[in-house]
Amino acid sequence: MSALRQIAFYGKGGIGKSTTSQNTLAALVDLGQRILIVGCDPKADSTRLILNAKLQDTVLSLAAEAGSVEDLELQDVLKVGYKGIKCAESGGPEPGVGCAGRGVITAINFLEENGAYEDVDYVSYDVLGDVVCGGFAMPIRENKAQEIYIVMSGEMMALFAANNIAKGILKYATSGSVRLGGLICNERQTDREYDLAVALAERINTKLIHFVPRSNTVQHAELRKQTVIQYAPDSAQAGEYRELARKIHANSGKGTIPTPITMDALEDMMLEFGIMKTAEQELAELQAREASAA
Amino acid sequence: MSLDDRNDAEFHQRLIGEVLAAYPEKARKRRQKHLGTVTPADGCGGTPGCAVKSNIKSVPGVMTVRGCAYAGSKGVVWGPIKDMVHISHGPVGCGHYSWSQRRNYFTGTAGVDAFVTMQFTSDFQEKDIVFGGDKKLERVIDEIGTLFPLANGISIQSECPVGLIGDDIEAVSKKKAKETGKTVVPVRCEGFRGVSQSLGHHIANDAIRDWVLDKGDRASDAGPLDVNIIGDYNIGGDAWASRILLEEIGLRVIGNWSGDATLAEVERAPKARLNLIHCYRSMNYICRHMEEKHGVPWMEYNFFGPSQIAASLRAIAAKFGPEVEASAERVILNYQPLADAVIARYRPRLEGKRVMPYVGGLRPRHVVDAYGDLGMLIAGTGYEFGHNDDYQRTGAHVPEGTLIYDDATGYELEKFIERLRPDLVGSGIKEKYSTQKMGVPFRQMHSWDYSGPYHGYDGFAIFARDMDMAVNNPVWGMFRAPWKKPAA
Repeated sequence: MSALRQIAFYGKGGIGKSTTSQNTLAALVDLGQRILIVGCDPKADSTRLILNAKLQDTVLSLAAEAGSVEDLELQDVLKVGYKGIKCAESGGPEPGVGCAGRGVITAINFLEENGAYEDVDYVSYDVLGDVVCGGFAMPIRENKAQEIYIVMSGEMMALFAANNIAKGILKYATSGSVRLGGLICNERQTDREYDLAVALAERINTKLIHFVPRSNTVQHAELRKQTVIQYAPDSAQAGEYRELARKIHANSGKGTIPTPITMDALEDMMLEFGIMKTAEQELAELQAREASAA
Repeated sequence: MSLDDRNDAEFHQRLIGEVLAAYPEKARKRRQKHLGTVTPADGCGGTPGCAVKSNIKSVPGVMTVRGCAYAGSKGVVWGPIKDMVHISHGPVGCGHYSWSQRRNYFTGTAGVDAFVTMQFTSDFQEKDIVFGGDKKLERVIDEIGTLFPLANGISIQSECPVGLIGDDIEAVSKKKAKETGKTVVPVRCEGFRGVSQSLGHHIANDAIRDWVLDKGDRASDAGPLDVNIIGDYNIGGDAWASRILLEEIGLRVIGNWSGDATLAEVERAPKARLNLIHCYRSMNYICRHMEEKHGVPWMEYNFFGPSQIAASLRAIAAKFGPEVEASAERVILNYQPLADAVIARYRPRLEGKRVMPYVGGLRPRHVVDAYGDLGMLIAGTGYEFGHNDDYQRTGAHVPEGTLIYDDATGYELEKFIERLRPDLVGSGIKEKYSTQKMGVPFRQMHSWDYSGPYHGYDGFAIFARDMDMAVNNPVWGMFRAPWKKPAA
């Protein structure tokens, strides 16, 4: 057995982290890899497509029922889905109460201490969109995920989020072994999206590992609580995820220490690509429009 | 003690320099603002100054003896209210280690109508952190209602995690108050707030304002001679020894905050004619509020030692007219033989002995004249958590050149004691044994070292006896090991 690889998917909320990661991991299992998915989101929707159902028995909900996390057995929380992929969800409180971050720490410690990481080749963490506190940084801290994949798109806020996550990785890269594996661009069909993703990757010292084109197949599969790999294995989109899985698999040890850029530099980049306009440009356009109307 | 006494300011300044030399530059710069000596009065009617910086975050890495906001609220202000149950809300440690720490005496039957000696905690577990502790808090309140039906109210003393996870204890309080018809007070005294227990006092005062005084107007027959004692926590029975004097001069004490207090005493306090503040630091906030909102004036007084007691009784009586003034004079006269007898017995044994108090927020200036009555001198003094206004009030009590230390670190205090070699140090349990091991007599001036009361004339007799016991204990003559000959 080769060394355990621990990877994590981060990105702006709603960018498609869970969808992308589950599709990729479903493709990875076809490469003969044994996989454990750890969902780190109180909503517990990181394993829905693999299990073909929303997981009800999260680590924390069972712990709350039983009294404490020490009362749980590993088999209570570990479920097996598509082609033997093991799934666990941290779960957590409903919005607005308690401390979900502490919940993630509790859940990951429990899984690790109770041997959930044995007999697998990959552990994949799927973390809630905004790393709002220390708890959600747990997977990128020492001895947890070694490679982080940032799911992003050509949208401004997704780029900002990607850059911010790179900052978080940089913080822990110096004290631990975490590296940035690469960017995964989920196509939103914004202007010059591919170029922008490549440029950002270059600026923050990483690479665009794959550009996943937009496809309705993903939506169809998701409505059936399935991955594209399971629902339409012969589709072009399934091929894209297989390609992404292959690239991630081949990316072992090739992660980098990111060089996040300032907000100003990021805005300059948008200007450079003509996505954002300077005040002068906007004024000129306005004058031109008024001139033609007159 | 006469203010004509002088301390050696030059020596003290040199000592401060010596102590500061041990620090790295940044710490030195910060700490030097907290150390000083009392400067002479400016000649235009001003009082002697001791303008050190105070109420600032302790320097990281040093040993400070300060407590936290939770300690200030639960331990000091709320804890002594005897007919309420005070829940230490959070993990078990804060409640356990603050259990019965302050020796605030009370009358009543523990577990029936008084709960001071008991400790209640919601005992947070991991799941309460992750999922929030509000549900558990409700259950705790329900259980208290079942087990202790005679408890008149509940206060919720927040520990750090409650603030971190943002539990809505106010909503729980409102709900439970409505259900039970009793007072339920949420107190946001999370320990990480502020720089010392001082903010905890303020938060606790605000909670009294918002959740007790503003909640309703308790009808009671207000009398023309009604006063409240504010900021006497009845350590070793202090409040009882104080109350007796006020009653003897003809006043009616309708509330004692918060030693031996009931919730009703807190509720009806705004009906009083005058608020008498002993511990200014911990309860001036609520007095200022009562002054603004209810028109109750306040004044400070000092019941340590006969000279301050007499001066305070006269000042208090002056607010109530000639009849009360006349009885104040009678009371002072009555007690004078007692005070004289105490002084006659102990002053010869204590005359000229030098003391270094280092206490919380009031006593560093309040006990000075009691020591003076016994002929003792103050070599240095300072507050753990005093503010500017405390230091402003201090200069008038201590002689010029007195060493002043604010939030003294373990190292500083030890050095000062080592170099000044006072005859007595008065501080807390953390300082007691290290001082005694240096061969210097020590008295705990927070808890009265399991003794008390020290307030009032009765307390002064006990105070004098205790100081004599410490200073003149024969053990200090046996300090040198018998096989070690004194240097020739």
